[in-house]
Amino acid sequence: MTLLDIKELTKNFGGLTAVSDVTMHLNDNELVALIGPNGAGKTTLFNLLTGVIVPSEGTISMQTDNGLQVLNKMKPYKVAQTGLARTFQNIRLFKDLSVLDNVLIAMTANNKEGFFESIFRLPSFYHKEAALRKEAVDLLKIFDMQDQVDNLAKNLPYGAQRRLEIVRALATKPRILFLDEPAAGMNPEETADLTRLIRQIQKEFRITVLLIEHDMSLVMNLAQRIYVLEYGQLIAEGTPAEIQKDEKVIKAYLGGES
Amino acid sequence: MKKNLKYNLTWLAIMVVGYVVINLLEFVGVIDQFGENTMVLIGINIILATGLNLIIGFSGQFSLGHAGFMAIGAYVCALITSSISTPMGMAIGMIAGAAVSALVALIVGIPTLRLDGDYLAIATMGVAEIIRIILNNLKITNGPAGLYNIPLLATWPVVYLMVCVTTLIIVNFIHSRDGRAVMSVRENEIASESMGVNTTKWKVLAFVIGAATAAIGGALHANYIQTIAPTDFGIMESINILIIVVLGGIGSITGTFVAAAVLGLLDMILQNFGTLRMVLYSLALILLMVFKPSGLLGTWEFSVRNLFNRFTKSKQKGDA
Repeated sequence: MTLLDIKELTKNFGGLTAVSDVTMHLNDNELVALIGPNGAGKTTLFNLLTGVIVPSEGTISMQTDNGLQVLNKMKPYKVAQTGLARTFQNIRLFKDLSVLDNVLIAMTANNKEGFFESIFRLPSFYHKEAALRKEAVDLLKIFDMQDQVDNLAKNLPYGAQRRLEIVRALATKPRILFLDEPAAGMNPEETADLTRLIRQIQKEFRITVLLIEHDMSLVMNLAQRIYVLEYGQLIAEGTPAEIQKDEKVIKAYLGGES
Repeated sequence: MKKNLKYNLTWLAIMVVGYVVINLLEFVGVIDQFGENTMVLIGINIILATGLNLIIGFSGQFSLGHAGFMAIGAYVCALITSSISTPMGMAIGMIAGAAVSALVALIVGIPTLRLDGDYLAIATMGVAEIIRIILNNLKITNGPAGLYNIPLLATWPVVYLMVCVTTLIIVNFIHSRDGRAVMSVRENEIASESMGVNTTKWKVLAFVIGAATAAIGGALHANYIQTIAPTDFGIMESINILIIVVLGGIGSITGTFVAAAVLGLLDMILQNFGTLRMVLYSLALILLMVFKPSGLLGTWEFSVRNLFNRFTKSKQKGDA
């Protein structure tokens, strides 16, 4: 079943076309990778899909519990509430807050705590807060971070910060998870761990994952399908085996005549 | 659940003990009329500064218009208590002042909170100036002469009660879902928005609550000083409140309390120095900022929970 449908998506920045006429789709429970040389427009495409920037042309529609919804002109927070969560290429944690608070903030939209309930500290406030805390800690447990709940996010080691970003995204209860270069700056060992982790997430949470990545070992190991972007245009789509043989892709990465 | 009750009862006990102690000191004569005056002004400053700290320290929006919202509260309450000069009138005045101020903050906040940093500071400063100029020209506010003979209804127990009430509201707000969402805006607005947090809504809400508490501070100010004029609510007043927040530590409510008390006492002691007073006051501020740039307490917060936890931990150590 097609979960996210992107049709003829274009974004112009003045005279520059960053993303041009991209048509792609994401199926339910699928692991898809988006690759391409630097400056190909991958992150711009992510920003278009998550509502950070508004597309010049084209449509993005998502299958939700309330039927098909068009995401084009939605604010980022609305897009997130429809079930699209993301991580960032340059880590954007809430640095001066605790690990637990980072996860709790992601639960804001699903948290029905009332204003007066919390101001007057009614018993229901404590019940909801305790239930929420438990949910957050349980989530952190899956990623072996339960011992770090009270640490500040900025004090975590680099790898753990990347993991916390993923936990935080999962706490919004997404249908689709976008990972923007999750292995950036990691050593081969950490990358192998991450590969395992992403596979586990996709299985356990039954969600669709779209990831941007330069590390080909990770992409070829994980992805069921790959989209290749160059100069804002899709130049290839297919399984890892097909992509590795594709002449246009080889040319985009290595240059030369073909 | 029992633990929460224990913490809340401890806070209640602290507030009651504080009241009794001040009463006792007053009865024995340690606090004279002059001391009481200082105490009330410190209390009013605490109310004003905790509200501003919510806006600056927790939602990360730099506002320089706090005196404007204070003015709204002061004038609304003064007008109401001038016709109903009973404690009931005072209560109605404070609520009405807070409501009007919140409404103005809502109308002003929605467009201006799209700005950030210096631009927002200038915009809020402009709003405060607009409010002051309107007050200067209206007939009901008696123009530049201002209002006088306002009944003295903000006695120190009233101020003490309001300090407790506004602080409780702000602290409880911060330590809840709403407060976490507000802080996430300060930490990283882009990340916060992509986690499904409606950042505009929380920014405006924090601004509105801050404005409402400023109005309560203004109402108490009007009914304690008994005369108000538009010149009382200029940019200098906004900056005075800002100084308390920065000095105490941006993002620390405990720090705001300490800074308000320190500055209040400093002001009282320096009364004897005549014209040198402002020089010494400024010098003290400069020295504090040089040696403690993050403010007196940084972001440290006094917490009964941590106190209990430390106590039980050291007890366990002692047992072992």
